Amino acid sequence: MSGAILQTVELSIRFGGVEAVRRVNFTLAERELRCLIGPNGAGKSTLFKLLTGQLKPTAGRILFRGQDITGHHTHAIARRGIGIKTQVPSLFDGLTVHEHLWLSARRTHPAERTRAIADEILERIGLTAVANGAVGQLSHGLRQWVELGTVLAGNPELILLDEPAAGMTHDEVARTAELVREINRTHALIVVEHDMQFVKMIARTVTVMHQGAVLVEDTMDQILKNATVRDVYLGKHGGS
Amino acid sequence: MSGRRWRSGSVLTTVAMVLIGLGVPQVVDQFGLLQLTVFAAMCILALSLGFVWGYGGILCFGQSAFFGLGAYTYAVTAVNLGESTLATLLALVVPAVFAALLGYFMFYGRLSDVYLGVITLSVTLIFFNLMNSTAGDAYRVGKARLNGFNGMPSLPTLNVPGDPGRLLDPTETFYLVMACLVLVYVGLHVLLASHFGRVVVAIRENEARCELLGYDVRLHKLLVFTIGGGIAGLAGCLFANWGAFVSPNVFSLTMTSQIIIWVIVGGLGTLLGPIIGCLIMQYLATTLGTQQLANTSLVFGVIFLAFVLLVPRGIVPSLRRLALRA
Repeated sequence: MSGAILQTVELSIRFGGVEAVRRVNFTLAERELRCLIGPNGAGKSTLFKLLTGQLKPTAGRILFRGQDITGHHTHAIARRGIGIKTQVPSLFDGLTVHEHLWLSARRTHPAERTRAIADEILERIGLTAVANGAVGQLSHGLRQWVELGTVLAGNPELILLDEPAAGMTHDEVARTAELVREINRTHALIVVEHDMQFVKMIARTVTVMHQGAVLVEDTMDQILKNATVRDVYLGKHGGS
Repeated sequence: MSGRRWRSGSVLTTVAMVLIGLGVPQVVDQFGLLQLTVFAAMCILALSLGFVWGYGGILCFGQSAFFGLGAYTYAVTAVNLGESTLATLLALVVPAVFAALLGYFMFYGRLSDVYLGVITLSVTLIFFNLMNSTAGDAYRVGKARLNGFNGMPSLPTLNVPGDPGRLLDPTETFYLVMACLVLVYVGLHVLLASHFGRVVVAIRENEARCELLGYDVRLHKLLVFTIGGGIAGLAGCLFANWGAFVSPNVFSLTMTSQIIIWVIVGGLGTLLGPIIGCLIMQYLATTLGTQQLANTSLVFGVIFLAFVLLVPRGIVPSLRRLALRA
């Protein structure tokens, strides 16, 4: 337990009659890269919202480095060091790319260091050319990069990425995968993704969710061979 | 970079305001000077809402509550003390503290925009009714009779700090009000360029993202609202001092809707806009009022509708767009 950066204990949330996340016990080690997959409605994004405090669980606990953060405010959780790239990029449309990085880095750094970080991240995500353009006018793929860069600029200890490769071309997907591996050298990550090519590029351990619960947790190879996982994805429900 | 261009624009505006402030008393007669003094005081009020609404994204329909509170605080304190220094200070502090209290319940209670509008409007109307019903000897604060709907006449006007016998003459008052306007304008620009100000604008753009980056949205909004309340209070103090008079009308629906119209006409999301909007509408109101050609409220309503439908961005942002295109 001492090596875990994140742990959920019997985490559940219920919307009326639907239990969107059902008794999830999930543990992530320091510097681990975990892929989270599952069909639509499996509860992946809801789990992310619980982890970041955007939703309050109806039962269960969330521990970040052993500290209980269940029910804490979103900004307080972010301050502890959890950053998230949301499924639909959540950005400041009227502001420039540079301002995004600045705002994210400035919370924890003095002004001068912030400028250096912003420039460094711009280079890393390859957006130096559009640094002073309004984010509202960028394509979906570029917006994904801006959000990823914004999260990185805050240097959170745990990074949650919700479909980081969605809307990207093949080359961009490869570059994102490379970046994710690079981030993983220093940070723990959980990545939700539908693009199995992308998952194969980055995955070591994969958690599969189905109907709000964790179905199976294993290496990528084992997951691909797993009959139950295949049934879930193809919509077959065994037993009949 | 558009950011730098606007910064040089604001410097230009500041210089223009200083020049107008210094030059006007040389060329304008006493009546005109008094007129411009109240215009400038109202510009400060317009700036307060321009900041709270245009940058903070806080839909405050009752900015007049803080304006009126500032005016009455000045009146009551000045009558009691016979000296204006502390009265002026309190006219800033009391509305700011009140805004902080009100804001605490609204922002920490996570009220949505529509409710913010409803609550702030209700608050100013409650003040309006409350002050209207304070007629009679029973309603007094120390030496100051509140006088209900008749208002409080012959207030002590501003004096040189520490010297109650030395009152400011109209020209000095004009200088002072213009100085306050320039100070508020520059101060808000400096604030908006700071870390705090940039977060405030980011919150207007996307609250959820700010929270996810670790910024406490409630606290930032509360501070914006409080600063806006203090500035409106200062405007109220200057207004009460201008006519040496204050009545419950400072809290009225007409008053509060006027401020909104100034900001809409001039342009939301700028600081110059509310000033321009305020000047145009005040000039119109004065002209219409003296000529009795048409009902002022009716004309204001028509202008408001026309702007919302035809120039929703307001004058200043529309002109900027034109200038950028040219």
